Amino acid sequence: MSAPAATDNAFTGEIAKPNTAGIWKIFFVLVAITAVEFAVTFAMEAQSVRTLRNSILIGLTILKAFFIVGEFMHLKHETKGLIWTILVPSVLLVWLLVALVTEGSFIGETLSNMFS
Amino acid sequence: MAQTTTLQPTAASTLDAPRTGNWDGGNEPFKASYGKLMMWFFLLSDAFTFGAFLTTYGMIRHKHEVFTGEASAFHFSTKWWPIPDHVFNAFPGMGHANVPLGFVALMTMILIFSSVTMVLAVEAGHRMDKKDVQKWLLWTILFGTIFLLSQAWEWGHFIRGHEEGTLMADGTVFHGANLSMNQYGPVLFADLFFFITGFHGTHVLSGVCLLVWCFIATTNGTFEKRGHYEMVEKIGLYWHFVDLVWVFVFTFFYLV
Repeated sequence: MSAPAATDNAFTGEIAKPNTAGIWKIFFVLVAITAVEFAVTFAMEAQSVRTLRNSILIGLTILKAFFIVGEFMHLKHETKGLIWTILVPSVLLVWLLVALVTEGSFIGETLSNMFS
Repeated sequence: MAQTTTLQPTAASTLDAPRTGNWDGGNEPFKASYGKLMMWFFLLSDAFTFGAFLTTYGMIRHKHEVFTGEASAFHFSTKWWPIPDHVFNAFPGMGHANVPLGFVALMTMILIFSSVTMVLAVEAGHRMDKKDVQKWLLWTILFGTIFLLSQAWEWGHFIRGHEEGTLMADGTVFHGANLSMNQYGPVLFADLFFFITGFHGTHVLSGVCLLVWCFIATTNGTFEKRGHYEMVEKIGLYWHFVDLVWVFVFTFFYLV
């Protein structure tokens, strides 16, 4: 959305009624997701379900990010070009993260097996 | 939009007519103003900074060993990476009560709420409602400041440490944390805590400064005279980004 054009005179028109129901809905969605994240963290503490738990937590985090970026930052309602401009480089970040986390596991393994 | 009254001479022939193709300039492919677009690109570059921090965290964490026993039998050791809810389990005014991640949850709520008040300020700006913009900016400043104070308390507690401390290799019991020693686990755990939450806190602080400036400008009627409240929107983008970063820090540093 482009900015409204500047006018020389101060604004003197009627002030519209606030329309905030949608904003509060997103707020409650974010609070609910955070509560679920919290519950999952403490409900699945066993070692055997760690990977599953972390996958759920990361999934919920991305869902939260979707609501914040899409609705609060209004990206969902921008042009397709702008959406892709922001999303594509961010996806490269995820690649970097996955690659280096895997690398970290290998380094740790190599260091702990160095003398055996 | 609203540019129907530009003073352009009537073209004598089609040759004189301004070129309006996609690559001839003068149009907005992204339908976003210059300022907002630049804010988006800045935030993208900032996302790379925080992405680098979180990637570093992930790599270093995976390099270290994991505690493999029962969660209830966990104790601090430099051998393995600490379980976060055993580190961050204090709540202001509750002494030694064990409230795993309670305070962090509260901080998260405060920041999400400040994000909502920020959207409400932007919404009020669209309606040119100066009073509402002021009101919601003040709420946002308040919650941002509370978050900063909470983080200061969290740091203080992390630095002072838990009562029991941890037996170090040289036989002494060490409490708390600094950049070269800590009672919670590997040295890098505390370093990463200071760098990641510190960098995020610095962003919140800059955000609060911008919001205070924005509140003063709103009160002075700067935006009203300008005819739009786009500055509130741009600062709002920054503020939501800071909230977004916290969402990721919360998951990767405190939950998993």
